[in-house]
Amino acid sequence: MTQLALVIDLNVCVGCHACVTSCKEWNTSGWAGPMTDQRPYGKDPTGTFFNRVQTFEVGQYPNTETVHFPKSCLHCEEPPCVPVCPTGASYKREEDGIVLVDYDKCIGCKYCSWACPYGAREIDEKQRVMKKCTLCVDRIYDEGLPETERKPACVLACPTNARLFGDVHDPDSNVSVMIREEGGYPLMPEWGTRPANHYLPRRKTRLRIHEDELLRADNPLKKEGQLPAPPGDMPTLDDITSW
Amino acid sequence: MHPALSVILLTTLIGVGQGLFLALYTGQVYSVANLLEHQDSQGFYALGSALALVFLVAGLIASFFHLGHPERAWRSIACWRTSWLSREVIVLPVVMLLVFLYGLLHYLEWTTPLFTVADTLPVDATLIIGALATLATFALFICTGMIYASIRFLQEWHCALTVINFTLLGGASGFMLAAAFSAFTGVHLVGFYGTWAVILTVTAMFTRGASLLRNHRLRPKSTLQSAIGVRHTTIRQIAQGAMGGSFNTREFFHHSPAHVVRMARIAFLLLVFPVPALLLGAAWGMSSEVLPLLAFLAQYVGLLIERWYFFIEARHPQNLYYQSIA
Repeated sequence: MTQLALVIDLNVCVGCHACVTSCKEWNTSGWAGPMTDQRPYGKDPTGTFFNRVQTFEVGQYPNTETVHFPKSCLHCEEPPCVPVCPTGASYKREEDGIVLVDYDKCIGCKYCSWACPYGAREIDEKQRVMKKCTLCVDRIYDEGLPETERKPACVLACPTNARLFGDVHDPDSNVSVMIREEGGYPLMPEWGTRPANHYLPRRKTRLRIHEDELLRADNPLKKEGQLPAPPGDMPTLDDITSW
Repeated sequence: MHPALSVILLTTLIGVGQGLFLALYTGQVYSVANLLEHQDSQGFYALGSALALVFLVAGLIASFFHLGHPERAWRSIACWRTSWLSREVIVLPVVMLLVFLYGLLHYLEWTTPLFTVADTLPVDATLIIGALATLATFALFICTGMIYASIRFLQEWHCALTVINFTLLGGASGFMLAAAFSAFTGVHLVGFYGTWAVILTVTAMFTRGASLLRNHRLRPKSTLQSAIGVRHTTIRQIAQGAMGGSFNTREFFHHSPAHVVRMARIAFLLLVFPVPALLLGAAWGMSSEVLPLLAFLAQYVGLLIERWYFFIEARHPQNLYYQSIA
């Protein structure tokens, strides 16, 4: 079985929102669109987004760290939003595990959004149906695109390569290797939703210097003081080596 | 959670309708058992069923305002295997149909016994349809309650008390209306319905109190640490990705100040429980026609606030991601 998913590397995300804008650009004009906005140039602009980048500050000043946190649908393997849908508009695809909404069946009751602990679903105020990340299902299988471009728009847009896309059920895929070897974790594991998307933690490369490496305990100069000068008739190094 | 008026009206109105029907049928069962005097089929049961139906239909109409696409509402019968919402959508019309049939049979006075059980219990068509409607009514209470109780992320709702409270509060308000209805139609059942209304109200006071207490003590399962997967005691949000709010800030937050919430709790605790009980007691003492109606109205207003508070109480884990705008 295939389970397509994103792996988001918080270690390299710089919070530029390129994934947000490219997601909106691609999807508003594509299969999953439109993603309408209300008062886009007004006082309180709001609108439909499939992906948002949030920012958190970890720690107490001055020992703080800024974590940029992109958040979109996690395409759970046990999606709690799917069984609650009364019409069957919300569904999880058998073939690749993508969770989708059929806009023609959705009655806009918002019940699925209540059943998502991540707040990944947003209702479109204009079209009055529930919308969510489609993992760019209209891109990733498009044979009209070059193979390298058959990836979600957010993945292609990321300037730091913080977003990886692949099959998390294939143990040898790039995403599985990254989850396995770089400490990938799911969000809110306490609910048993088994999110397919994983996050890679902040990882620091530290140079470990032990104290005895700075102050060499076995330094002969320190231990024995200055070496005595050799006797005058002893051949020097220049005399016995040809270099 | 954001308290949607449509859902508040839906759950309280159908609760009254279901409760009123249960009251009528209870009265009929008592009179079949010769514990109460027999009532006029047309003037009492048919009219009462029509009144119950008015509340059920009003609730149904209110529910349509919750939908983005009400014209597609028929589709929601599809997933009854998994969705409690779908089950409610199926059971509500069944209840309405059975209550309608119950009222119609009484209106047509088809109350000749079809057969007699053990030579003492005459069973007519209304008794059979009424029994089916009673089953459907309880099924509807369960479906409505389970819509909320089945969402495990809303810990305040994810509890058997939710279903029990919906049932008891719906039943109490229905029996309250039955008392008012019998006072107005000049039927001597005010005491009977009033007593049951008070019993249900007092029971509901204990179960609703229990859920208030439970929710007060509840510890959220999710934390900001598990939400973003960073192991640190101090995490603070500095941007949520949008400045002007989003669906997430509108649907899952109530934006009501703490003192309003506190006032609402006091208001519903008074209006739903002691006020109608005292009014009914006074009505019994003064044999007044208006006081039972006042008791019902007070309790209904209280129930509107109670349902509003029910939404306010629920804290959705997604709110962890929306703690601060910028």
